[in-house]
Amino acid sequence: MCTSEPCQREVGPGRSVRAARFTASSRASRGACSLRDVDTGGLALDAGEERGDPSPRELRRRAAAIAVALVPFGLAFGVLCVEAGLGWWEAVGFSAIVFTGSAQFAAVGVLGDGGTVAAAVGAGVLLNLRSLAFGLAMAPSLRGSLGFRLAASQLMIDEAMAVGTAARGTERRRYGYLAGGLAVFALWNLSTLAGAVLAAGAGDLVHTFGIDATIPASFLALVWPRLRERRQLRVAVAGGLIALAVAPVAPPGVPILLAGLGVLAGRRAR
Amino acid sequence: MSDAVVVILVLGALTYVLKAAGPVLLGNRALPPRLASVVDLLPAALLAALVATSVLVDGRSFVVDARLAGVVAAGVVLSRGGGFIPTVLTAAGVTALLRLIV
Repeated sequence: MCTSEPCQREVGPGRSVRAARFTASSRASRGACSLRDVDTGGLALDAGEERGDPSPRELRRRAAAIAVALVPFGLAFGVLCVEAGLGWWEAVGFSAIVFTGSAQFAAVGVLGDGGTVAAAVGAGVLLNLRSLAFGLAMAPSLRGSLGFRLAASQLMIDEAMAVGTAARGTERRRYGYLAGGLAVFALWNLSTLAGAVLAAGAGDLVHTFGIDATIPASFLALVWPRLRERRQLRVAVAGGLIALAVAPVAPPGVPILLAGLGVLAGRRAR
Repeated sequence: MSDAVVVILVLGALTYVLKAAGPVLLGNRALPPRLASVVDLLPAALLAALVATSVLVDGRSFVVDARLAGVVAAGVVLSRGGGFIPTVLTAAGVTALLRLIV
């Protein structure tokens, strides 16, 4: 990924456009600094082909599909930011710098409800503790120079981890991770910008077309695959009930922090 | 600096530390099983709390409006194996329809 300094520093819309071009035609733009390590991964991947791993092409396709599926979510985030009184540059700042879906929603949701900076940060951090686990899971596949590891870490999100860990060898995992992370980073920022700009133009559309309902629905879609496992389901129910129970008495954001205690419902019987 | 900018910078920095801790510091070592189990379960609790509060809570009071029907419809789509996009579109569609009618 971006091991060279200028590229690493260039975070924002311009950076996204370049990444989008990369995903659209990965062979075309050889000059972009984001390609070197991806290509290295691609070369090494051919060795593991006989094990039935998803091919680099298949990984790119999955990455693109996930990134596209998140576009409505990115649009909804842009809308939420404007509704919370943020400017479009702040919306894109969240998506480029914080870059982690649900925690962005949580933090902006808290701000929009009049919560404090501390509550917004706390809710976001708790929601992001899973990044720590993702990082540990991906670490063996992300070895390299310190610069590479620092840059690749910014892409540590659910989707990059999901595409990456679906492959087997470390080289191919790295490829899937980078493809997923870059594709989502590009479309996530572009859709955030679009959502913020469109919302600024027509606030009533959000209400008329039910776009505000896409936010809880998105959370539901994100948590849904976990609910097939009984332990996760118990924890989810406990978390939801805790949040609702304390909502009338706690400042905005705090119910979500306290819902973390729901993990106690997932302790094994013995 | 606005509150939003402070949150972006502080939350961005803390999030980045969490993201980078594994690849940068820990290399190959694995998380202790107890901690791994908590980290594995935490998203379910937090996401469910977000679903509940984002549809039913406004500030410190409970609200029930068209969005609830939209989210229930989204749950039906998910339970039938629907993907992210159909789910979200259904929530928006049902909510919009209900607001049109009522």
